[in-house]
Amino acid sequence: MTFGRGLRALSIASVVLICGAFALVFFWAPNDADQGFVQKIFYVHVPMGIVALCGFVAGGIYGIRHLRTGDRAHDLRSYVAIHISLVLAVGVLLTGSIWARAAWGQWWVWDEPTLVSFLIVFLLYACYQPLRFSIEDPERQARYASVFAIVAGAFVPLNFMAVRMADSLVHPRVLGTTGGAMPGDMRLTFLVALAGMACLFVTLWKYELASKSASIQLRSLKRRLAGEDDLAPLQRSTAPQQL
Amino acid sequence: MRGTVAALVRKDLRLELRAFESVPAMLMFSVSTFVLFRFGLDRSSLEGDLAAGVLWVTLLLAAVLGMNRLFVAEREQGGFDGFLMAPVDRTALFVSKALVLLGFLLVVELAAVPAFVLLLLQPGAGQALPELLAVLALADVGIAVVGTLIGALGVQTRARDLIIPLMALPLLVPVAIAAAEATAPLFAAGGAEAFPARWLVVLALYDGVFGLLAYAVFDFLLEE
Repeated sequence: MTFGRGLRALSIASVVLICGAFALVFFWAPNDADQGFVQKIFYVHVPMGIVALCGFVAGGIYGIRHLRTGDRAHDLRSYVAIHISLVLAVGVLLTGSIWARAAWGQWWVWDEPTLVSFLIVFLLYACYQPLRFSIEDPERQARYASVFAIVAGAFVPLNFMAVRMADSLVHPRVLGTTGGAMPGDMRLTFLVALAGMACLFVTLWKYELASKSASIQLRSLKRRLAGEDDLAPLQRSTAPQQL
Repeated sequence: MRGTVAALVRKDLRLELRAFESVPAMLMFSVSTFVLFRFGLDRSSLEGDLAAGVLWVTLLLAAVLGMNRLFVAEREQGGFDGFLMAPVDRTALFVSKALVLLGFLLVVELAAVPAFVLLLLQPGAGQALPELLAVLALADVGIAVVGTLIGALGVQTRARDLIIPLMALPLLVPVAIAAAEATAPLFAAGGAEAFPARWLVVLALYDGVFGLLAYAVFDFLLEE
């Protein structure tokens, strides 16, 4: 299977978009009137959060496709999407904490629905890898992981709704209907940063898919050359090891 | 389908009546937790949102104990194999297990909530029984649905007792939020305050969404 197609163009596009976004952030977008320079962390933090959540939901959608078709490549796609989103989610929590410290004076603010929902979603997805690791049969591992990905993917919007109802409004609603009072140049910078982060996500996703499928193919070629006996048995792993 | 569900529920109830495994453990766990909260918070009586929080955290943790045990007999004594060989709809297992867990929770609460009122609730607080029953019923349905799904997901793993609570607790956070927010005014110090009905809507929505979701994906946990 060729997961690597279009990787070069995607990589170039992510580099250009992310460099462009940083150039806009530092040299063009104005400093925030209240918070000054530190507000610029927003151009990393918010795109990363949006992309991580979309990645979690995408993992659920590939989970549905895996269960419907039985094609294990979809399980691999779901796994890699959730894996990269988890890494981004750690980044979101760290940058969010730094920003909260600078803007509100505390590392963590509990009466802030967006923060709290994100933490809950992160805690839930942190179980994804342990769940996979503790199921040995690869076919069952793929099936159960897809069920988890679907349930957790549906949980993401429901959780945000429930937490937001227990409400306060410290956090700016950037893309909401009433918030989003961003001046034009800030908005443009934000959109470029968001596009860059999305592009980076897709690029990393495809890289990991290509690498994982290459090692799976390598193993099956080795088996054909050397026979089953000479091959080291598969170690337990969270990642899919067969297609 | 209805006959299958009834037969499976009867089987589980008979097992529970013979061995007394889950319900007494959940009940004793709840009472011990109340005692722990009494000393952990160093308060001899609670009211308002603190009382609601203590009650719901305890009930959720006790429910996790029930989820851990829910499918153990099926796995260890070949119940899954027997069920898969029978020519019946697989969803029947989900429905029956959810009903059983719901029944366990209701029985536990029948004793644990009076125990809570007796041990911890400030005298004079909380005189709104119908509203409290509505919150308990709606929250229990949500816990039963999610608990059955997670119990089935976790029981086939190596680290069953670790994985199930880790997955279930974040998933149950919306239930904890909605149930505690809805219960807090009922436990207010000077008698019940106005009841926020919107939290019942949230609970009902949660039950509906996860009920349909679990109904859709449960079959995939049973294939061999």
